[in-house]
Amino acid sequence: MSPREAEAPIMTAQMKSESQGARWNLARLGSMREAGLIVIILALCIAMSFASPHFLTWGNFRAMLMSFSIEGIVVVGMTILLIVGGIDLSVGSVVAFSMVVSGALFLAGLDPWTASLIGIAVSALIGAVMGFFVTVVGLNHFITSLAAMVIVRGLCLIVTKGTPLSLFTLPPAFKAIGQGSFHGVPYVIIIFVVVVAVFDFLLRRATAFRKVFYTGSNEKAAQYSGIRTKQVKFWVTVLSSTLAGFAGVIYMSRFGAATPTFGAGMELNIIAAAVIGGASLNGGSGTIFGAILGMALLSVVTSSLILLDISVYWQDMIKGCILLAAVSIDHLLHRRKA
Amino acid sequence: MSTPILEISGVSKSFGAIKALTGIDFSLAPGEIHALCGENGAGKSTLMNIIAGVLQPDKGEIRIAGERTVIANPAAAQRLGIALVHQEIALCPDATVAENIFMPAINSRRAPLMNFRRLHAEAQKVMDLLAPIPVRTKVGDLSISNQQLVEIAKALTLDCRVLILDEPTAALTEPEAQRLFAIVRELRSRGISIIYISHRMAEIFSLCDRVTVFRDGRYVATDEIVSTTPDEVVRKMVGREIAQLYPDKLNEAPGRTLLKVSGLSDGERCFGVSLELRAGEILGIGGLIGSGRSEMAQTMCGLRSVAAGEVEIDGQPIRISCYADAVKAGLVYLSEDRKGSGVFLDMSIAANVSALDLGKLTGKLGLLDRRAETAQATELAKRLGVRMGGVGAAVSTLSGGNQQKVAIAKQLSVDPRVMVMDEPTRGIDVGAKAEIHRLLRELASRGVGIVVISSEMPELIGLCDRVLVVREGRVAGELAADELGEEAIIMLASGVQSNSHNARAQNVA
Ligand SMILES: Nc1ncnc2c1ncn2[C@@H]1O[C@H](COP(=O)(O)OP(=O)(O)OP(=O)(O)O)[C@@H](O)[C@H]1O
Ligand SMILES: [Mg+2]
Repeated sequence: MSPREAEAPIMTAQMKSESQGARWNLARLGSMREAGLIVIILALCIAMSFASPHFLTWGNFRAMLMSFSIEGIVVVGMTILLIVGGIDLSVGSVVAFSMVVSGALFLAGLDPWTASLIGIAVSALIGAVMGFFVTVVGLNHFITSLAAMVIVRGLCLIVTKGTPLSLFTLPPAFKAIGQGSFHGVPYVIIIFVVVVAVFDFLLRRATAFRKVFYTGSNEKAAQYSGIRTKQVKFWVTVLSSTLAGFAGVIYMSRFGAATPTFGAGMELNIIAAAVIGGASLNGGSGTIFGAILGMALLSVVTSSLILLDISVYWQDMIKGCILLAAVSIDHLLHRRKA
Repeated sequence: MSTPILEISGVSKSFGAIKALTGIDFSLAPGEIHALCGENGAGKSTLMNIIAGVLQPDKGEIRIAGERTVIANPAAAQRLGIALVHQEIALCPDATVAENIFMPAINSRRAPLMNFRRLHAEAQKVMDLLAPIPVRTKVGDLSISNQQLVEIAKALTLDCRVLILDEPTAALTEPEAQRLFAIVRELRSRGISIIYISHRMAEIFSLCDRVTVFRDGRYVATDEIVSTTPDEVVRKMVGREIAQLYPDKLNEAPGRTLLKVSGLSDGERCFGVSLELRAGEILGIGGLIGSGRSEMAQTMCGLRSVAAGEVEIDGQPIRISCYADAVKAGLVYLSEDRKGSGVFLDMSIAANVSALDLGKLTGKLGLLDRRAETAQATELAKRLGVRMGGVGAAVSTLSGGNQQKVAIAKQLSVDPRVMVMDEPTRGIDVGAKAEIHRLLRELASRGVGIVVISSEMPELIGLCDRVLVVREGRVAGELAADELGEEAIIMLASGVQSNSHNARAQNVA
């Protein structure tokens, strides 16, 4: 039986099926939920444009987009993993590891493109190892990725001996990925939009990704439908780490450096974004577009806090409250519908 | 007649655009067993959920012992002495049987510590009334039918005035059902009123005092059992005559061998099973709960690991290491555990129907052809008469019987060569059941192999051309069409020198 059932013993079957029905209705009106997020984001932007003249400038807008573009790539993988019923706490560490591996290989004389490909491949390998522990050994995603988070962070420190690698010798063509732009639009944003568009489309339409929903919705029923749920879980885990690795090399290009401590705590931001955007920690539901809107909301809030001169010490607390509020509203909506 | 213990008048309930109940009246006398009948989706479970405080009516009122009452939530219903055994099993799989049985009681207890020894002893006493299931077992390790018994035992521990049983026997075999009836009669003699929902007419007519019929969410009639007949009840339910409950049997010799199983064992629950299924026939498999019927079928289809034995389809030996292999070879299995492994509750009907073979619906570039998916689901849902808003609706919004039809539609979507169906008509109403039986017969005559595992004796006897009876994981015997009868099946199922209380361990599936 699914863990969901163990979780709410007092709820009766009927109540459960009702709240699930309601969630599904919301998912179907997915546009509605996403529309709700868009409205909130726009309202915040309008309010901020009165509060600060700097807010509604192309510069600030670009900065905001830039700030979540690269993380947005990681969110894509995380959302798919959440849909299959998993979670990945190691993404921050993997981003850093991909960065330092590529950086170290470049410093050792490899050309940056090959070095980056190796960095991404190594990230995929980390995903494969986690996938092995989840599907073959039978640990859950939470524990496995928690361990991986710590281990991979340790590896970052080992590779770099704890000091950031300075990569100012990167060739301009490589630096352009993170720093250049095309007709005024940064490449980073273009890459982000392409990745999001492709995966959002695939998740909605591709057969392979439909299996992700089946597995997350009811793993046993998926098995009883001939779906190799372990394979599905394995590949989704690999995908999440690969996208994190990809984000890592873009960060390297952007910063011209590889920092072993980079991205610590990033995973929480990313999970929060996906959940605000409607992904369920129980698996079975979520959309990429929603997760990106969640990311955008958090980013607008951060940017507002900075422009309003609110102390950085307050920022985490406020973001946490937003997460709580968003998830509560969603939950109450479900209840009302039932 | 004395004041009814429970009186419903003018209750309506809608779910969005779907009207589940319209102006329902219903009354329950003290100390009666009152049957509630209606087709799948007629609104029976919805009304029970309203009485048990799970749902709130949109309109209408409820009187308990003459007093107008609002039942705000399940705890309030419990305080009023109303206990409901849900149609869908809702137990904690990780807790033991005893802990599950006393969940409501523990919930209302004040003392901070639990006396586990007493808990176990009391739970065992209640459980033994129904079946000798060891109460220290984890519920998740029990078969679906045993879970159903635990669910009933749980309700029996409540000190109630009104007991509602929503299709309690859907997953039970005859002996357990008989034991349940004895308990229900005993409760009646103590003045407790029982609402009994079932699609099995025979049960209703042997057990109940009155019967109320719903159709399309409306009240149709209430009759004394002694002054009505099963045919009349069915007519009121479906609004027309059902000429023939079971289709004609095969009247010629069966054709070539479709499925051959030899010496199949999984090493724990089934041993040395051999069987043969020929074109045109419907093969039945009977046996008591815990006899290993389902495990046998699951092993055949690669859902449990095979320790020894061989499976051949159309004379071709197939290697089945996982279920996907079986599906590819055209062998599909319908699970008896609808909610746990049969359907994806929060996904759409269309997505459920296509889960078995996505490849068929996949176009160029690995994209899913959603128009074809909708068309397929619409067609199959129409063929099976699923009552629904549309194929885009979540399966959780369907009534139990309609969810079962979706599970069957999923099997049909792949044009299987052999279908192994575990309790195919569980929870399905009389009319739809006759439809499904006719469909199975039609498939069989077109050369699809059909194996039906059923706890319902009349179904085995009425539908199948040949029945294998399983006992303790082995085929205990085979009955040809002319030997079929309840007695013959029970004799084989229980073993002739039956020691009435089978080993307790046997009940742990
Ligand atoms: N949560 C829900 N959302 C939408 N529709 C629902 C919901 N629950 C029930 N319904 C609809 O209400 C109607 C009555 O359902 P109900 O479960 O009461 O039927 P039932 O008589 O118990 O049928 P069965 O014999 O199949 O168990 C059905 O059409 C069903 O689809
Ligand atoms: Mg029902």
